[in-house]
Amino acid sequence: MTYDAGDRSPADQPRFPPRGAPERRAVLRVALAIGATTGAYGLSFGAIGIASGLSLLQTCALSLLMFSGGSQFALVGILGSGGGVVAASGTAALLGSRNAFYGLRLAELLRLRGVARVAGAQLVIDESTAVATTQPTEPAGRLGFWATGLSVFVLWNLGTVIGAAGAGLISDPAVLGFDAAAPAAFVALLAPRMRGRQPWAVALTASAVSLAAVPYVPAGVPVLLAALVAILAGWRRRPDDASADDPDGQPA
Amino acid sequence: MTWVAVLAGSAACYLLKLVGLSVPQRVLGNPRVRRIAMLLPVAVLAALVVIQTFTIGHRLVLDARAAGLVAAVIAVLLRAPFLVVVALACVTTALVRLWL
Repeated sequence: MTYDAGDRSPADQPRFPPRGAPERRAVLRVALAIGATTGAYGLSFGAIGIASGLSLLQTCALSLLMFSGGSQFALVGILGSGGGVVAASGTAALLGSRNAFYGLRLAELLRLRGVARVAGAQLVIDESTAVATTQPTEPAGRLGFWATGLSVFVLWNLGTVIGAAGAGLISDPAVLGFDAAAPAAFVALLAPRMRGRQPWAVALTASAVSLAAVPYVPAGVPVLLAALVAILAGWRRRPDDASADDPDGQPA
Repeated sequence: MTWVAVLAGSAACYLLKLVGLSVPQRVLGNPRVRRIAMLLPVAVLAALVVIQTFTIGHRLVLDARAAGLVAAVIAVLLRAPFLVVVALACVTTALVRLWL
C-alpha cells in the first residue's frame, strides 16, 4: 500500500523510520510478536464460532469484516445462547465503540486520507493503537500502527480458519466443554482492564444487574442494562480521577 | 438470520472505527464520553461472563460451566496465555460434566 506524505506533516519528518534504523527493526519485531499471540486467540475464536453454531464461512467472515476480538466473541456467544440479531450485533457494536476513541487518538498521528483511511480504519484495534501510541517518534508510531495492524489481521484470520476447520471435525462441542470457552475468553479479555477500584465496582454491579434481569427481560436486554451501569458510572465520575483511557495491550 | 447479525455487527464495528479517524477531535474528546467508552467493555464483558455461565434461556442455573469459570479465573490470575485459559475452562467443564 502507498500513501501520500500528507500536507500537514512536517516537511523534515519522514512518514516511516528509514530502512536500517534500529527503531524500525524494534517496531517490526513487536508487531510480529503481537501478531503471533493473536493468531493463537484466533484459533480459539474459530473453534468457539463453530461450537456456537456458526458456519465456517460465517466465522471467517467475522474475523475478516468485524476484526475486533471482543465484539466477535460476544456476537457468537450471544447467538450461541439463543440471543437475537439485534442483541448480538448491538452488543458487538457496544464493545467496538472503544475503537472510535482509539481512532480519535490515532487520527493526528496517522493523518490518513482517501483509500488509506478507509483501509486503515479496519486496523484500528487495541493492539495497533497500543503499539502506535507508545513509540518514541511519530514515524515509528505510524510504522507501529500499520505493521501491528497488518500482522494481527493476517494471523488472526489465519488462526480463525484453522480453529474453525479443526472444530468442525468435532461432533458434539458440549461434551468437550466448549460452552465454557466464551466466558473464559471474556474473563481473559476483561483481566487487563481491571486496574483500580472503579472497573471492579462497574464489573460487579453490571454482573449483578444483568443476572437479576435475566428471568424477566428478553435475551440481550441484560447486557444493555450492564452498558447502562457503565454509562451511569462514567457520567458520575469526577474528572480529576485517574484517567482510564489508555489502550494497554489488551487483546483485540 | 445469523448472516444478518454477522454483517450488521461488522458494519457497525467498521463504522465506529472509521468515525474515530474522521470526526473532529472535540466531538469525541469530551472526558465524560471517553470515560464511558472505556467502562463499557468492562461492564459488557462482565455481564457476558455471568450470563453465559449461570443462565440457560431465562433460568438461572449452576452447572459444570461454573467450574470452568473458576478454572479460567485461576488461570488468568496465574497469567496463563489466552489459549491456555480457554482450554483449561473447557477441560474442567467437560470433566465435571462427566462426574456429575
